[in-house]
Amino acid sequence: MILPKTIKETKERLIRKEFSCVQLVDSYLSNINSKNKELNAVLTISDEIAYRDAKKADEIIKNLGEEAFNEFPLLGVTVIHKDIFLTKGVRTTAASKLLENYVPVYSATVVNKLEKAGCIMLGKANCDAWAHGSSGENSDFGPTKNPHNQKYVPGGSSSGSASAVAANFSLISTATDTCGSTRLPANFCGLVGLKPTYGAVSRYGCIAMASSLDSMGHITSSVEDSRKIFNVTKGPDGFDATVARHSGIPVKDKLTIGVPNEFFVNGLDKEIVKNINEVKTKYESLGVKFKEISLPHTKYAISAYYIIQPAEVSSNLGRYDGIRFGDSRNKFGDEAKRRIMLGTYVLSAGYYDAYYLKAMKARTIISKEVYKTFDEVDAIIAPVSPTLPFKLGEKVSDPLKMYLTDIFAATANLSGIPSIAIPSGFAKNKLPLGFQLMGPRFGEDILFKLGEMYERN
Amino acid sequence: MAKLSSEDTKHVAKLAQLNLSEEEIKKFTIQLSNVLDYITQLNKIDTKDIQPTSQTTDLKNVYKEDKIDATRILTQEEALSGKDDTINGFFVVPRIIKK
Repeated sequence: MILPKTIKETKERLIRKEFSCVQLVDSYLSNINSKNKELNAVLTISDEIAYRDAKKADEIIKNLGEEAFNEFPLLGVTVIHKDIFLTKGVRTTAASKLLENYVPVYSATVVNKLEKAGCIMLGKANCDAWAHGSSGENSDFGPTKNPHNQKYVPGGSSSGSASAVAANFSLISTATDTCGSTRLPANFCGLVGLKPTYGAVSRYGCIAMASSLDSMGHITSSVEDSRKIFNVTKGPDGFDATVARHSGIPVKDKLTIGVPNEFFVNGLDKEIVKNINEVKTKYESLGVKFKEISLPHTKYAISAYYIIQPAEVSSNLGRYDGIRFGDSRNKFGDEAKRRIMLGTYVLSAGYYDAYYLKAMKARTIISKEVYKTFDEVDAIIAPVSPTLPFKLGEKVSDPLKMYLTDIFAATANLSGIPSIAIPSGFAKNKLPLGFQLMGPRFGEDILFKLGEMYERN
Repeated sequence: MAKLSSEDTKHVAKLAQLNLSEEEIKKFTIQLSNVLDYITQLNKIDTKDIQPTSQTTDLKNVYKEDKIDATRILTQEEALSGKDDTINGFFVVPRIIKK
């Protein structure tokens, strides 16, 4: 069976009875069983639940026909959840040995909402342990490979989520983005990754990394699908007090994209520069205007991030004492230990003002600068990463070098704005290229409109 | 500039309840010093009279009704399900008071 590429195609072919949901599950699971050994994208397969839900979905379609999709807009859409999202009754590890045998007693809001909309869960995706990393190599269960070339990393921390969708293990996957962890792997695997506005999607039931930065995203093959998933996952759930009810910023007919010169600096790969120029040309031919802008403080974003994030990490990982669930703190891997140590240090007596308070003030300056830009432009274009996908092992011994992979991601997380990574062709070495569009808070619809314009033309 | 000593690393590890080997202390001291060195570039920003940002939602004081909702509460069995070593509905914890 040739698997569907979009939610729309899945729906149409289910209605035409080209396949059933059970047959869809058969096909995806057979892909996982034949290729996961090499890619290591999936940590747990939930085949029993998958077949149970597929049979249920087939029954609904049999009874209601096309109308089934009004009540269940994602009926038959397969999903693999990053192993950071709690799934009731299905092992959830955060890709850490500390939680190797942890089986949650409740599910994350995102998991529940997708299930209610008709999604079929196939399993749990590998990732950097505790979502700490940019390559997938920090997983305690071994690195994930990039399906485009297995010598290369798929990007992290949502490494398995991106690798799985690129390898046709599932139509969509969930991911989290604390500093590019959804956008980078989507970019490295030639997919669409959405980091929503902070406060648009509930974090309830997700293993917390840095609570003021964590955004619940997803990875799809198209912008059109990204919009459909966001429309299901967004909105208050009564469990995460930071989630606001917001109908979204209205989208103008004529759009202007800002080009911040600080994001196109020395050190940026030449192929990426050339590719983004081609993206701009295409947009211009579609009537989109470009305007040069300046965001002089965003170059400090990664420094502020590497104070605020570890500080919050050290606090969030303080709860893992092995008493109520999970193993002892000795099971933390190197990267988790590094971040706990760094966070504990910047919060400790004598250093709080110099590091943590300073970073929170820098966050104010960076955020205000970004918000003000949206008086002039509707979105901002930037590279996702300064380099093309890199090889396994290339940055693993130098934590600072690995951290700088996310230099262009930090701005969106610090200021809480949405950002979408969109694929834009391939480099000479046949690995995917892409760009990111950032928008004002609750401006997802602007990003979707621009993204759909690009992918349809 | 921001140079950690191995004593600093040991102290921080103790605060964070992490047991580190001598080798780890050596490694982390170097790696953390490098990261701290990099992030001190924040000192180039003038933050005088700037208010700190701890969150970006603009929300203030989100309340909920002070009412018990059984559907939001784990049962005792569920709450204890993550551990094998429980006694009479209690978690077993390490002894912190000497006999």
